[in-house]
Amino acid sequence: MESVFAVVVGILYATGLYLMVRRSIVKTIFGLALLGNGANLLIFTVGRLTAGRPPYVPIGALEPLPPVADPLPQALILTAIVIGFGVQAFALVLIKRVYQTVGSDDVDEMTTTDRIADDGGSR
Amino acid sequence: MSSIILSTTIRLLLPLLLLFSVFLLLRGHNEPGGGFVGGLVAAAAISLYALAEGVAAAHRILIVNPRQLIASGLLVALSSGVIPLMTGRPFQSGLWLPYSLPVLGHVGTPLLFDLGVYLLVAGMALLIVLSLMEEE
Amino acid sequence: MINLLFLPLVIPLATAVACLLAWKNQGLQRIISLIGSFLLLIAAAVLLVTVQQDGVLSVQGGGWAAPFGITLVADLFSALMVCVAAGMGLVVAIYSLADTEAEYERLGYHPLMQVLMLGVCGSFLTGDIFNLYVWFETMLIASFVLLAMGGKRAQMEGAIKYVVLNLIASALFLAAVGILYGVAGTLNMADLARMLRESESSGPIPVIAILFFIAFGIKAAVFPLFFWLPASYHTAPMAVTTIFSALLTKVGVYALIRIFTLVFFAELAAWQPYVLAIAGLTMVIGVLGAVAQDEMRRLLSFHIVSQIGYLIMGLGLLTPLALGGAIYFMVHVIAAKSALFLATGMVLRLTGTTELKKLGGLYRHQPLLAGLFLVAALALAGIPPLSGFWAKLALIWSGLESGNHYLVVAVALLVSLLTLFSMTKIWAAAFWKGAVVNGATDTPLPLSRRVYWQMAVPTALLTATTVLIGLWPEPLYALCMDAARQLLVPDAYIFAVLGVQP
Repeated sequence: MESVFAVVVGILYATGLYLMVRRSIVKTIFGLALLGNGANLLIFTVGRLTAGRPPYVPIGALEPLPPVADPLPQALILTAIVIGFGVQAFALVLIKRVYQTVGSDDVDEMTTTDRIADDGGSR
Repeated sequence: MSSIILSTTIRLLLPLLLLFSVFLLLRGHNEPGGGFVGGLVAAAAISLYALAEGVAAAHRILIVNPRQLIASGLLVALSSGVIPLMTGRPFQSGLWLPYSLPVLGHVGTPLLFDLGVYLLVAGMALLIVLSLMEEE
Repeated sequence: MINLLFLPLVIPLATAVACLLAWKNQGLQRIISLIGSFLLLIAAAVLLVTVQQDGVLSVQGGGWAAPFGITLVADLFSALMVCVAAGMGLVVAIYSLADTEAEYERLGYHPLMQVLMLGVCGSFLTGDIFNLYVWFETMLIASFVLLAMGGKRAQMEGAIKYVVLNLIASALFLAAVGILYGVAGTLNMADLARMLRESESSGPIPVIAILFFIAFGIKAAVFPLFFWLPASYHTAPMAVTTIFSALLTKVGVYALIRIFTLVFFAELAAWQPYVLAIAGLTMVIGVLGAVAQDEMRRLLSFHIVSQIGYLIMGLGLLTPLALGGAIYFMVHVIAAKSALFLATGMVLRLTGTTELKKLGGLYRHQPLLAGLFLVAALALAGIPPLSGFWAKLALIWSGLESGNHYLVVAVALLVSLLTLFSMTKIWAAAFWKGAVVNGATDTPLPLSRRVYWQMAVPTALLTATTVLIGLWPEPLYALCMDAARQLLVPDAYIFAVLGVQP
């Protein structure tokens, strides 16, 4: 099972990186989303894939009945997903605004901040 | 967008969905559910209403601005952390009432925190959805 | 009073909530954010004094015992950084009174600033790597919005680069955290330190360390991962640029120093030549970029990169003197660089431009501003007796003492010279040379007395800080050396968190 997940994580990373080197910012943002999901799945996999019950400790016992999966990575992923949700919502609004102001989604057109001797200022 | 089917259904669904979101919030401590999901369901209910009746109508039934929801949610969540601080315990220690309440069950600061999350998530999701809908 | 540790987190959050509740009333928001920033500074100062007297403090969030709960730890380094950050927060809050446009305030400038401070303080105080990720993201989301808020074309383009690069760093950070958990089974930094000291550096540990180095390196803008910084920082309003330059990259450097002295010490020691090479290249490339620029804000943005190199050099040399010097350098560069940015903001307000070709002769109208800029510029270049001199002296002395790092020492000295050149160029062009015909300084824009002082006082405060820690370096220097010793021998840190001797 782990090897399947490893391959999936690899594919997610590869696709994400490929999309990120494209010039379109829409694809870049999609690539970032895939990269984030790849990282989440990676954490899920290293937390050991166990088909088990929720890790609750029964009344009177000191540890949960095996087999249980390690709950911590899943809690980490939950947090990371929520953060990713917020960041991606922001990124979507940002690319929409960028498209409106720049009139293009090509990163090669976004060079005003890189030129020397040019007032790329905010005022 | 006005569709009779949607606006008739939402009238029935809205109270049900809101009730369901509160149910999710309350059972969240030891079972699947919690403030985050509850808040999302509540936001989805209001967004559906906005789809059927328009954004202005959604703002009317919401009464408060979504920003106010975010602020109050943060405030409630923060207070759940600060209350234990007042008693000399670390931030966000769980404090529980010694007796059970009807309907709510065993109540303590974790529920307060979840309530804060509920308000915050509902406010945040609504703020995003409603302002994107207004723009169109 | 162990709960002191929570105050630097509770105060900015409560201030942000209060600002949100006062959404419609911008005047009230300004007052709230001033009060909040002031309270944060007091809390941070009390925390620093307490840590100095009682040693490392730690507390477990929610009362869950150490490796399981979220730990907050304050040793001297983190307490000092919180204190400096809080001071910067207050200074920028005062400056924002004059420099923030109404549109920014309407969109929530003040609460966002407080959330940014929350993320910065959280990153300094946390004792858990995943929690560090969460604070990083808190800080980043607030900074994304602050950067993109104006909606101008340059800001949008800057924001895209900033957001994408930082999100890549976050994804790498997250992946590193995941693999580390898979290997070690814990994410508590003290627990990790205890565990990795006993085991040998082999297998996946160096790979994880490299992932962390890249992730933090992007955030700290080290060579060759710094290109996002000069492309984006100069597009924001001055107050925002100042707080970004003062705190965001420094949080990256803080994370590098913290993780690599505490957890991956063996790896860092093994890679010393590479780290020093990166430090040297960061310094050189940064300063060369600055020399090529003709616009004040971009020029200063490249200097941020160049100064980061010195901090990495302190980490790379890995002696108590070098680390202490790096910490001292951090305090110095935050004060001096921010003073330069704030003064540049005043130039922008007075003349409407920051392009050196259009500026000139400002000294005639603004002797105070010219003086403040000159002192801060000389401090940055490292002219005795200003703060930069002692910081660089410690680093260079340590490099000479170690006996085989002459190259990086030579580079550091050369870069100091280039910094001095660049600083003289900017000062001479903007303030000293004759006014340009049809230039921007012919008719200084009217600036009301109140606005003028609201901008001048924070600038003067920061300049005074660099002069003060330059003329009287002993207390801060001793503090930094103690902090460095705590970093290199983290037994007190581990004991404070876990309650066991390592």
